[in-house]
Amino acid sequence: MSKFRKKKKGIPAVNTAALPDIVFMLLFFFMVTTTMRETNLVIENPRLPGATEIKKLEDKSLVSTIYIGKSKDPNRDGVGFNKIQLNDKISSADQVPAFIFSKRDKIAEALHPFMTTSIKADKESNVGTVIDVRLKLRDVNALKINYSTTAAADN
Amino acid sequence: MARRDNPEINAGSMADIAFLLLIFFLVTTTMNVDSGISKKLSEKPPIDYVPPVIKKKNIFEVNINRNNELLVEGERMDVKDLKDEAVKFIDNGGGIGNPSEDGTPGKACDYCKGEKSDASSDHPSKAIISVQSDRGTDYGTYIVVQNELLKAYTELRNRLSRERYGMSYDELEQAFIDAKKSADLSSQVDKLRKKVEDIKTSYPQIISDAEPTS
Repeated sequence: MSKFRKKKKGIPAVNTAALPDIVFMLLFFFMVTTTMRETNLVIENPRLPGATEIKKLEDKSLVSTIYIGKSKDPNRDGVGFNKIQLNDKISSADQVPAFIFSKRDKIAEALHPFMTTSIKADKESNVGTVIDVRLKLRDVNALKINYSTTAAADN
Repeated sequence: MARRDNPEINAGSMADIAFLLLIFFLVTTTMNVDSGISKKLSEKPPIDYVPPVIKKKNIFEVNINRNNELLVEGERMDVKDLKDEAVKFIDNGGGIGNPSEDGTPGKACDYCKGEKSDASSDHPSKAIISVQSDRGTDYGTYIVVQNELLKAYTELRNRLSRERYGMSYDELEQAFIDAKKSADLSSQVDKLRKKVEDIKTSYPQIISDAEPTS
């Protein structure tokens, strides 16, 4: 009997007391790095076109995003890939200047020239819509724009 | 009365709770880096603005119709041929360039390797690419065309940068960014900035968007 007992004592269980600590550390990391999407999309998530000559957008606080694509609720907004979303609702190109001004209000005046407008448009949207938005942006001197694309493999 | 010992709280399930939260954040986290084709719009011209007269040979016309077909300089073309054609146009160097800002007259392009044909652009600084699309063109096609044109510029800049500084323009730009960030490389910043500017002005990106057809 005594022989059996000795064998059982041989390997002690792995101490898991530090496991919660490790997990908490990971948890805090993800909690801190997570950015919840501020605007919820009213349009379907745009399928961005792919490109190779792309630049990263550096400072996110200086970026305002305009979405263009198909509405999630065609009964209310109508069909087609040319709906413009500003903040939380479908808008028209005429409301773009007001949108830009509201974004500018939150940012120091010295930084205004560095503000970038990111246009996230669906592949199937029409160039006409994008150009309408672009003309409005030019009217209010928001000259830096970025056509959002995914990184495509070079061919 | 004898105080009863507080039984220790069982912390065994703490890890489970933490895991649950962890998995929630793992799933909801989106580490999306916004990236795309950057563009600087031209300022709104004043009402009495008269556009300068530009020689036809200095304009490279790209038309995209509503069926997403390409018409380049009056001929139909596939997207895959667009880059080479644009390179040929920009790099032609058939004449003299724009006079520089300090008043010295423009010089012939001594770094161009094009055909020096009289029918194509004079100088990279004069070569204008004009993209005209239809209002009904797909945005995807438009981006593909823009991307091809940018590729043409990148190719030329990389070539020139390799000749002058022994590294591609991408590497040069990266070196400049790195030097700006780190303190012990600060002595190189100005030198690198000059190099980057030099390449940039040698092949300036002039892509204009013409009024769309409807």
